[in-house]
Amino acid sequence: MAEMLIKKFVVTRFDPDQDDVPRTETYEVPCHPDWKVLDGLNHIKDEIDPTLAHRWSCRMAVCGSCGMNVNGEPTLTCKKAVRDLPDTIEVTPLSNFPVVRDLVVELEGFMDKLKSVKPWIIRAKEKAVEEGPTRQSPEELEEFKQFSMCINCMLCYAACPVVANEPEFIGPAAIALGHRYSIDSRDEGAAERNEIFRGEGTVFSCSYANECSEVCPKNVDPAAAVNQAKFNAVIDWATGLVLPRGGKE
Amino acid sequence: MAELHRHDIVIVGGGAAGLRAAIAAVKARPGSSVALVSKVYPMRSHTVSAEGGAAAVARADDNLEMHGYDTVKGSDFLGDQDVIQAFVEEAPRELTQLEHWGCPWSRNEDGTVATRAFGGMTTKRTWYAADKVGFHLLHTLFQTSMQYGDIVRYDEVFVSKLLMDGNECRGVAGLDVRTGEMMGVLGRAVILATGGAGKVWPFTTNGNIKTGDGMALAYREGVPMKDMEFVQYHPTGLPGTGILITEATRGEGGHLINSEGERFLITRDYGVGTKAELGPRDMISRAEVQEIEAGRGIDSQYGQHVHLDLTHLGEEKIMKRLPMVRELSKIYAGVDPVYEPIPIRPVVHYMMGGVDVDIDGFADGVDGLLAAGEVACVSLNGANRLGSNSLTECLVFGARSGVKAVEYAKGTSDGDDAALARMGEEEQARIDALRGKQGGGEKIAAIRTDMQSAMESGCGVYREEASMQQTVRDIAALKQRFEGVTLEDKSKVFNTEIIAYLELENMLDVAESVSSSAASRNESRGAHTRKDATARDDVNWLHHTLCYYDPAGPRLDKKDVTLGRWEPEERKY
Repeated sequence: MAEMLIKKFVVTRFDPDQDDVPRTETYEVPCHPDWKVLDGLNHIKDEIDPTLAHRWSCRMAVCGSCGMNVNGEPTLTCKKAVRDLPDTIEVTPLSNFPVVRDLVVELEGFMDKLKSVKPWIIRAKEKAVEEGPTRQSPEELEEFKQFSMCINCMLCYAACPVVANEPEFIGPAAIALGHRYSIDSRDEGAAERNEIFRGEGTVFSCSYANECSEVCPKNVDPAAAVNQAKFNAVIDWATGLVLPRGGKE
Repeated sequence: MAELHRHDIVIVGGGAAGLRAAIAAVKARPGSSVALVSKVYPMRSHTVSAEGGAAAVARADDNLEMHGYDTVKGSDFLGDQDVIQAFVEEAPRELTQLEHWGCPWSRNEDGTVATRAFGGMTTKRTWYAADKVGFHLLHTLFQTSMQYGDIVRYDEVFVSKLLMDGNECRGVAGLDVRTGEMMGVLGRAVILATGGAGKVWPFTTNGNIKTGDGMALAYREGVPMKDMEFVQYHPTGLPGTGILITEATRGEGGHLINSEGERFLITRDYGVGTKAELGPRDMISRAEVQEIEAGRGIDSQYGQHVHLDLTHLGEEKIMKRLPMVRELSKIYAGVDPVYEPIPIRPVVHYMMGGVDVDIDGFADGVDGLLAAGEVACVSLNGANRLGSNSLTECLVFGARSGVKAVEYAKGTSDGDDAALARMGEEEQARIDALRGKQGGGEKIAAIRTDMQSAMESGCGVYREEASMQQTVRDIAALKQRFEGVTLEDKSKVFNTEIIAYLELENMLDVAESVSSSAASRNESRGAHTRKDATARDDVNWLHHTLCYYDPAGPRLDKKDVTLGRWEPEERKY
């Protein structure tokens, strides 16, 4: 049996039924050296304090449920090893979101933001299944693939200084996902989305801090998506000024 | 009950099957109101963890007959051949539909969709998006679903009971996790799409949410569970965590190696013939257990394992085709598969059994109730599922059930709202009584752990009479202990202790049906392998198992297998 690491978990607790303001609770957790932060939280839930509320499921860094701040850093707790952290591990809910309870944050705002960028294939005429699969070259796939890797874990919103000041900013993940469809060779909706992106609280609110790309656990690079989306929105607008019928055939 | 919400149909579960059903329903009958109720936000659904691919005939050297035969043979002849026929015919349409919706399928140089080899499949027919196929499929479906205003989502609502009007299912009672309030979501048909139940075992690829909820909901209303004894062990899980390493590793050329450095599927006879690593999952999992039992396993702090070697594939291929496998191996096993073999062992992965449904998804014995995906047993997979048939199954039978549910809803009238509301009130009272429930001091985690170890010892890769019967008794005893659970969380908001309690209640019912069904089948077929009845017995056991709920203990019955063009034969590769 491997030697246990004793870690002090300092966890934010907040129950709107009982607390006016968040408080912290400290738990001493004997951790297997292979454990992730999530394993420590599950140990607390199962063995020490069953009232702790946190979200998790896949424990393999793909479902996006278990994002929290760990020692101040937006983190997927199922991916962060306890042995890489100091003896005291502070776990708080993701910043820039209303807290529902304990480590659980409100996601409704993001769901609305995601929908607002029309994250689906838009075509003038829907293609019939009988026509078979569209041809798409590996290079065309490569264009958008990275931006399709977003797992909606919300770490980028927690890291984003613009979201912190301007909560209605639609934010890195939603922009990356809207842009992902606009640059997909099968999509015809770029003009629609460019119009959305020229609106308030979208791409032009971004201040180039690049924090989103730094914390992204899937290397989506949302900052690059925001920059590309900005460029396309401007070009599209400028083309519309110069060419008749907005440059559309 | 706080609120009643009326829709045409109600779908429980927001993974691939549920989302596909929802979109199919609103497209089949525009204007239909579809409720999509899920205990998690849909993009958290466990479909997200599927890795390797989805099967459908796509190449010139392939045909529907070959996909059909491979599936029948893989099922050890327990699959219903009419269902398999319909499945292979609709599969290419469904994957094409996903392509049109933007799924980033990997491509050949000419821009056509790429396919890869998978276990038990004669040719390359598994469509893939690198090794994140479930993730892309789920997000494509979820994002596509957002454009349909008629799909009304109830996210983070835990369905705790089906609302019945006589023998007709007319909706669900759901606990809004964020508020702690119950709601009634009513419809003239209900589709269960809640997925599997891997968390009934200690060592599983499944995420924390896979607790067999839909199976238990239907079981308690009298719907039989079918073929529950058939539990798929995936041959390649990471020791310790059980995290899935996709079969695509072998499809791309990976080797399984024992402690002596042998490719044991080649050097010894495990029935997989020249397919070697591309044999079906049941056979390869058994081979691994036998290697370990013969002393050719490799020691680790997590017990014995064997090795999956990808080092000969090279970094470029691994990064292009299997990037997530590399990421997972590094983070969760501390090895880089470009340079070192990955430690792996068999791990509980998939339930072949589930809610007994017909080819259109309608459940046996209750009107207006359907099921699709892993929660259902439509008898596509029989005694052993072939890898990459299940994502396609979610799409084919999800779509079918969505269309059939709105048709059914059109032809029937609303239920008795007052009666349904009363039933909802009773459920509300039951749930309210759970907050801070005084019991006999039993803990959820302890009962869960004991259930999991009972299931591992009686319903593992290899089984025998005494241990299966012991597990049946253990589960019955655990259901007694469950009555004595004490709950500490008294809050209404996001009370995850109550959710864990309800999930454990569901898992115990699933465990009961699995262990009882297993103990009844006195032969070896597919994933149900007995050490004390090693042969397949088509004379006495070529039939499905049905397991009915009874408070006094489960009742078992049989159901004919639908054969067709392929007569049962010895299953050898």
